[in-house]
Amino acid sequence: MNAVNELEEAYDHYKNNPEFVAELDDLYKNYAGRPSLLYYAEKMTKDLGGAKIYLKREDLNHTGSHKINNVLGQVLLAKKMGKKRVIAETGAGQHGVATATAAALMGLECEIFMGKEDTDRQVLNVYRMELLGAKVHPVTSGTQTLKDAVNETMREWTKRVEDTHYVLGSVMGPHPFPTIVRDFQKIIGKEIKDQLNEKEGRLPDAVIACVGGGSNAMGAFYEFIEDRTVQLIGCEAAGLGVDNPKNAATIANGTEGIFHGMKSLFCQDEYGQIAPVYSISAGLDYPGIGPEHAMLYKTGRASYVPVTDEEAVRAFEYLSRTEGIIPAIESAHAVAYARKLAPEMDRDKIIVINVSGRGDKDVAAIARYRGIKIYE
Amino acid sequence: MSRIKNAFLNGKAFISFVTGGYPDLETTKELIVAMEEAGADLIEIGIPFSDPIAEGAVIQEANERALSSGCTTDKLFDAIKEVREKVTVPLVFLTYINPIYTYGKERFFKRCVECGIDGIIVPDLPFEERDELKEECKQYQVESISLIAPTSKERIRTIASQAEGFIYCVSSLGVTGVRTEIKTDISSMISMVREVTDTPCAVGFGISTPEQAKDFAALADGAIVGSAIVKIVTQYGKESIKPVKAYVKEMKTAVGEA
Repeated sequence: MNAVNELEEAYDHYKNNPEFVAELDDLYKNYAGRPSLLYYAEKMTKDLGGAKIYLKREDLNHTGSHKINNVLGQVLLAKKMGKKRVIAETGAGQHGVATATAAALMGLECEIFMGKEDTDRQVLNVYRMELLGAKVHPVTSGTQTLKDAVNETMREWTKRVEDTHYVLGSVMGPHPFPTIVRDFQKIIGKEIKDQLNEKEGRLPDAVIACVGGGSNAMGAFYEFIEDRTVQLIGCEAAGLGVDNPKNAATIANGTEGIFHGMKSLFCQDEYGQIAPVYSISAGLDYPGIGPEHAMLYKTGRASYVPVTDEEAVRAFEYLSRTEGIIPAIESAHAVAYARKLAPEMDRDKIIVINVSGRGDKDVAAIARYRGIKIYE
Repeated sequence: MSRIKNAFLNGKAFISFVTGGYPDLETTKELIVAMEEAGADLIEIGIPFSDPIAEGAVIQEANERALSSGCTTDKLFDAIKEVREKVTVPLVFLTYINPIYTYGKERFFKRCVECGIDGIIVPDLPFEERDELKEECKQYQVESISLIAPTSKERIRTIASQAEGFIYCVSSLGVTGVRTEIKTDISSMISMVREVTDTPCAVGFGISTPEQAKDFAALADGAIVGSAIVKIVTQYGKESIKPVKAYVKEMKTAVGEA
């Protein structure tokens, strides 16, 4: 508790500190490659025959996903706080790679906790983190996925808190993490607004993003919450189907609970035992959702739709062939829903899909899904 | 005076812990009776949870196995209700906030009263969030036991001043589990507590040997042992009643010498 109090104090001090803001801006621009492009997907638009589709290219960021936005902010903050070491959980490995990258850049020790099942699914990312100087701990407790990686990172933080900052990767966990992560990610939505205004002179009609814990979606949505005409749509991982026990669709199947330091919605049984969720995408394979998403859902400001493994894999292949862009399997969930939604909308409407990450890491897994035995 | 505070009236207290339903509920019931007979002054019973984030490997595994062998909060309540008729020692539940919240707070505490539960320890409910259960604890007179950790610093006085039952003084950073060496300056933690309250203090996390128990009990009002007991249960399974009883006896004697 003291650790999160200390963090809140430090964050309140630095968030509007001109020097901190300037340093972070410089890192975004000159290290991460921001602003990321807003790309008009003309072929996809024509093919679907409805709303105009833009892709927010977070996949083009350094390290290949939106995770770098949050990580640069948090690791810079950790450094200002005098911390010597950062630790983080990771699912697909994107957040772990981003954290290891920022730690290497800023000269901090780094240890990453990753479910054993995920270290097997994402062998290349494990090696990538090690290459960046991080130590990767495979987590063998519980379901051996993202949720257990969070448990283990929390345990590690209580063991060594004085010199260590926990770089939480999503808009979840105890306060102030959901706020901090949202603040560092909201640049996505801000850029979408500016870039679209420049290209089209108006707001989008819908912003679509995939949701696990929900950081890329919150980043994309936040700027538009007050713009009531903009539909905000989160795409959850429905795995083998929302009615099949093998899914991770928290909004569709979850109930209110208190876990990982937050009151939100969770996939759980009648006794509050957290469910062993499943998705083809390691990054969406989490039984909860950030509390601010639960609030947006409750108030009706955002809607959340389930997308199955099969739909996501088809969208993964579709975007690759149609636009020459291989999206992360996580982001492919958002692409999949856009494929359904765009044809139902008029041609003068605009959809922005947040392509939160690139799909290189998923190629072997998708090949295996299609029955081609490729191993990394 | 509450049954929990009474436990500290006859010298230093020995507090023992078992994970409910591990390896099965029959054994849990027998263990509770045996531990009382062996001199345990207070018994903590863990309600198994899928994600016990304050626990080390030993109790994590006990939680997983209790759940996979079918233990539920309801079945554990039923078992405790039965065993309550055989023991007078204070019984305290240790669990996480989600199993309580999801069960329904009111319903949960009603059942606690029915089963003679005296207190509750919720490691993932920090002091600052205690209002979440405050009303129910008060209404059903189940005492909410606060934890203080070496990192609690200036919060120690605040937490201690409002403590109920006893104060669970966490000996080391990190999670539960047997440790060979405990370096924390327990006595300065205890003296901060003493500045503001007479509520008894028991030290836990990492204690396994009679020497450790004696040393920590000397600094505080009692010692808490969990993982070392659960380890014996892991080793002997259903046959763990005798070895656990012998162990608790030895530990109680050591604490008594403090």
